[in-house]
Amino acid sequence: MLNARALAATALLPLAANAQNQINMSTGISEAGAVITDLGAEIYGLHMLIFWICVAIGIGVFGVMLYSIYAHRKSKGVEPSQFHEHTGVEIAWTVVPFFILVLMAVPATSTLLEVYDNDDAEMSILVTGYQWKWKYEYLDADGENIAFFSNLATSQEQIYNTDTKGENYLLEVDEPLVIPVDTKVRFLITANDVIHSWWVPEIAVKRDAIPGFINEAWTRVLAEGVYRGQCTELCGAYHGFMPVEVHVVGQGEFNDWMAAKRGAAATDAALAATELPVDELMARGEDVYNASCLACHGANGEGGLGNAIAGSTIAMGGLDPHLNVIVNGVAGTAMQAFGAQLSDIDVAAVTTFQRNAFGNNTGDVVQASDVVSYKEG
Amino acid sequence: MGDHHHGPAKGLSRWLYTTNHKDIGTMYLWFSFAMFLLGGAFAMVIRAELFQPGMQLVEPGFFNQMTTLHGLVMVFGAIMPSFVGLANWLIPMMIGAPDMALPRMNNWSFWILPPAFLMLASTLLMEGGAPAFGWTFYAPLSTTYAPPSVTFFIFAIHILGVSSIMGSINIIATVMNMRAPGMTYMKMPLFVWTWLITAFLLVAVMPVLAGAVTMMLMDIHFGTSFFSAAGGGDPVLFQHIFWFFGHPEVYIIILPAFGVISQIIPAFSRKPLFGYASMVYATAGIAFLSFIVWAHHMYTVGMPVAGELFFMYATMLIAVPTGVKVFNWVTTMWRGAMTFETPMLFSIGFLVLFTIGGFTGLMLSIAPADFQYHDTYFVVAHFHYVMVAGAVFSMTAAVYFWLPKWTGRMYNETMGKVHFWVSFIGFNVTFFPQHFVGLAGMPRRIPDYALQFADFNMMSSIGAFIYGMSQLLFLYNVIAAIVSGEKVSDEKVWDGAEGLEWTLPSPAPYHTFETPPKLEKQPAY
Repeated sequence: MLNARALAATALLPLAANAQNQINMSTGISEAGAVITDLGAEIYGLHMLIFWICVAIGIGVFGVMLYSIYAHRKSKGVEPSQFHEHTGVEIAWTVVPFFILVLMAVPATSTLLEVYDNDDAEMSILVTGYQWKWKYEYLDADGENIAFFSNLATSQEQIYNTDTKGENYLLEVDEPLVIPVDTKVRFLITANDVIHSWWVPEIAVKRDAIPGFINEAWTRVLAEGVYRGQCTELCGAYHGFMPVEVHVVGQGEFNDWMAAKRGAAATDAALAATELPVDELMARGEDVYNASCLACHGANGEGGLGNAIAGSTIAMGGLDPHLNVIVNGVAGTAMQAFGAQLSDIDVAAVTTFQRNAFGNNTGDVVQASDVVSYKEG
Repeated sequence: MGDHHHGPAKGLSRWLYTTNHKDIGTMYLWFSFAMFLLGGAFAMVIRAELFQPGMQLVEPGFFNQMTTLHGLVMVFGAIMPSFVGLANWLIPMMIGAPDMALPRMNNWSFWILPPAFLMLASTLLMEGGAPAFGWTFYAPLSTTYAPPSVTFFIFAIHILGVSSIMGSINIIATVMNMRAPGMTYMKMPLFVWTWLITAFLLVAVMPVLAGAVTMMLMDIHFGTSFFSAAGGGDPVLFQHIFWFFGHPEVYIIILPAFGVISQIIPAFSRKPLFGYASMVYATAGIAFLSFIVWAHHMYTVGMPVAGELFFMYATMLIAVPTGVKVFNWVTTMWRGAMTFETPMLFSIGFLVLFTIGGFTGLMLSIAPADFQYHDTYFVVAHFHYVMVAGAVFSMTAAVYFWLPKWTGRMYNETMGKVHFWVSFIGFNVTFFPQHFVGLAGMPRRIPDYALQFADFNMMSSIGAFIYGMSQLLFLYNVIAAIVSGEKVSDEKVWDGAEGLEWTLPSPAPYHTFETPPKLEKQPAY
């Protein structure tokens, strides 16, 4: 380890203070000593039980082997014995492991049944995996669903080593999932494109997000706090860059957050009905671009996984073809249909931005009403 | 003497047209070593990028191409062909047969491999890059969202499958029909037994893989929707089909390794293998179980709980026959008179590290705990303990063990021992810390990672460079032995070695056992 640290010190940029090197599974207990989820603590216990059984067997097997290597070597002048079978011993080491396995299977079965107990949830959240972000939709009995996307918040500068990496490097998002404490939350998990997997180690929930199918998982988090995880199924180029961040808050704080979300949705709807000045559109468009476009099209529109936007014939040509690409995506490529992901006002803003940034000086201004009329054909 | 004792043809045509099991075995072994170095080079790119957090050397998309090709090349190009090469060299000599039963097919099953891998490697130069969807190529990432080169990948997999099936049929035909008189099934060396069972596994599951890639081809080019829910298909179906092939596949890789270890440990313990019959039954038991455990790779896809329970119990059962094997090997060593030449060192290394891989396998079988392990570096550590320390270590042991018989020359023992210790340490420095980062929450197949994983990843990378370099020592040792190694005059190179191949001169002549041997010398298993 000294070696590794010495080498780390020679790196171009110092790493931020490292979190402690964790060497085992999340215990399901918070640093303050509170149980985070009962299930997480139970799974940790199961993990350690199997681990210690393996250690005990290992000590036996490796102990015999090491003793034999020490004592039964030719250089000690021993004569090799010629025994080569013993029915009793062979039956014993077939039967005894079988019973050890049964001992493991009993607690494993009961824990697994709990994992699958999705009944009696107090609220449901639809989690949808996209390349490369998560969408969270709070399902509401009155149909007033609240939905938003959760994008990686770590900057490209940190990823490409031109800026110091923050404490939660690659594990931070622009809009976290917020859930109330001590509430049974059911997750309905699916995907829009390829298979993803939604995982938060500390609350012990991992379930694949499969396009066209809906998986169920649940949690009841008992300790308020921030819990972080990542996508755990290879989902394309930026698989490593779609974290999960869950904020578990008190019921009151959750209600306030929900009210604020509803308010923001209403404001957006109102904005879409008005004409916004160019500078506001550009500012909003830049935010949307950074969250949704930058990963593939580059910080300066220079392209990357996607085509260049700077000087692009689409961004500088007619408005309808440009809106077509953004709203409907490009089939067979990683370019998604953002019409379903972004609000009309955001589509308008990012289109305006792309047509006037990176030297694309078309002077065009696109309003939400233009997007609405484009969508209506 | 007549025509029967002619030597090999001269020049390139010898290798191109050869039907000699020893020539073909040699070509398989060299080809697989070349692929081992190529797959290793991909691994070095992966470890170099993961040396520190942040993107340094490659782009994320290219990183995925590296992980994909590393897996495919190592599994299909390095490990599988190396054991087929070993089978070619050894099975006829071990059962007292003059050659393989189907020599022309033998030639063909080798010679279609290099073009297949050339095609697979060439995808790196294609527009859109090489396959980047992991060696498990889950749909729809490998279909709707795949780069155009996926079609070449599918064709390459088809060719590899054809090669494997031909090789397996050949082994089955040879073992069933060409054993020397008196060599009953229960007198066959264990290496022959494990390969016979492996060959049946291959014949059973390679067509399943071919089916999977054919369905992919149809989805991509002919408008079907086997793996697309939008057209009435199911992406999870792909995983079921893939792992119905993929789980037996891991035993295809490890069973011949079990066979090798079962030859080497008795030789250097100077004592017969303990529990020969139970070894055979355990191998057959593992092969049977391998067909009914595939979905333990898929605990998180959302199977019904009854399905999870079935696959969990069935998977746990594998520990029983595997345990029997480990106990038998240890008991073989017990009260022997051991020496520790390089083949024995690699075999003991195998025994220790494979057992650790078995323990983590048992942990992974526990479905609720697997929800935390699945698709993390814990899994990466687990399967490298069984694939590298299992299959590759045993293959290395085999090369050192039989090289004097093949070439009539001895490798440098000191260098061999250095190779072992550097490999052993390098391997553990690489993969042991991966258990920790995996448990701590690092997903596999990511090009960049959170800061708390930094120290262990750096260790892993340093270990990987050490392990990688140590293989060049191996290459040098083997070439030096062939060119200028000390000549071996004994038929029996190792004083504890048993079996028909050790009754032949060293080096083994081009044609052997043209008349079947008498079996008095067969060891009493």
